[in-house]
Amino acid sequence: MIFAHVPYFVAGWIFLWGLYGIVTSKNLVHQVICLTVVQTSTYILLLAIGFKTGGTAPVFADIPVGTVVVDPLVQALMLTDVVVEATVMALLLSMVVKANELAGTIDPEELKIMQG
Amino acid sequence: MSSRMRTALFLISALGLAAIFGLGFRNLPPVGDYRGPYGNVVSQVAVYERHATDVVNAINYDYRACDTLGEEFILFASVLGVLLIFRPSPAKDEAKGKKKGEKRPPQVEDELPISDTIRVGMMAMAGLMIVFGVYIAVHGQLTPGGGFQGGVILASVPLVVYLSGNVKAFDKIVSTPLIKLAEFCGAAGYAIIGTSALFFGAHFLTNIVPLGTTGDPFSSGTIAVISVAVGLEVTGGFVLLMEVYLREVIDERLENES
Amino acid sequence: MTVLQWTILLLIAAVAPGIVLSRQPKEQVVTLSFYGLLFALLFFIFQAPDVALSQIAVGAVMLPLMIMLALTKMRRQNIRREREARK
Repeated sequence: MIFAHVPYFVAGWIFLWGLYGIVTSKNLVHQVICLTVVQTSTYILLLAIGFKTGGTAPVFADIPVGTVVVDPLVQALMLTDVVVEATVMALLLSMVVKANELAGTIDPEELKIMQG
Repeated sequence: MSSRMRTALFLISALGLAAIFGLGFRNLPPVGDYRGPYGNVVSQVAVYERHATDVVNAINYDYRACDTLGEEFILFASVLGVLLIFRPSPAKDEAKGKKKGEKRPPQVEDELPISDTIRVGMMAMAGLMIVFGVYIAVHGQLTPGGGFQGGVILASVPLVVYLSGNVKAFDKIVSTPLIKLAEFCGAAGYAIIGTSALFFGAHFLTNIVPLGTTGDPFSSGTIAVISVAVGLEVTGGFVLLMEVYLREVIDERLENES
Repeated sequence: MTVLQWTILLLIAAVAPGIVLSRQPKEQVVTLSFYGLLFALLFFIFQAPDVALSQIAVGAVMLPLMIMLALTKMRRQNIRREREARK
């Protein structure tokens, strides 16, 4: 019974490791990548919620309507999430590049000091 | 607060968060035991109602098309943000000491020469990838695929051209106004398709185009059209991002070649 | 849950700390690409082919590309700044 909940715990484990990376980071690019890791933990959670044992992919091109399939709604949520994640990371990285140009460093500790 | 104290504070609160996760996940249904009614209902009904065999894309572009509209505009806004942050300003060009016709010394250290195998191989791959990307984008309603996936595959084609060493071709591809036109048409097209439903007396984003026969590439009404619009926008967005980041490198390489 | 699902979940749980603990972004890019491909495999095993296609194209190609382009731009800025400081 506890074995069936393991995917949820894996999602929580990855989330906490990503948070640890963000808190103890000394490089802004490293922080952005750890944010990506935190985001991937939500994929595992969604996937585990929608899974049905013995179900197959929700595409009826070659199987008759009525076979047991996994939930298509969470997959629709994950699909757009994957593409949007890349563009939001591009926006964050462009802000990091601008900070490097203006301040000369990408260490979050030194950026605070140079503020004022 | 020193970084050591911060780490210790984080570890204590992470323990608390892990306890909350444990308490919360205990009461979720075990993996594999899906109880929700919506997934079962949609799998039974989507093929008959919309003549589309790929239920995930039918949900994305028809049943919950409003969510996808919002997410597509997130994409659009992010690309807009990056272009704004990196816009060329005249003060910066002066600071770089850019005079007309002056040749700056190459700032990149010596690069490896590109072998002929890579060059020929990449050029061959580019053609294949274009066809594959268009195939995936157009067959979204029948098989796994659709606008997002096809758009990202198409956006990798200029990257392959750049990696094969052909900087001139890459510059020609990304500098045409066609890329900006593609992105603009994709984003606006989605909204226009939605509003055009209002003119026929239906709700926003209703499927008003006649649904064909199931299994045909031109079936399932607006799902196919919206899929193509999304593909255009994703392609345009990613190629613009690549161009913005690589602008300096392209200019310098073209100068050194001529 | 089958053996394949167990394996891929444990593999992902083992690689995620690897990304966080490698402190240089240059090393992280390669690990991130591998992590993205592992996720694509996870999506296939859990019967989600649409999401797997997106993840292959985005997580293994586009995301490491964006990070490397940002690192390139920052390196050129640093070189230019050093050159002007030396003048």
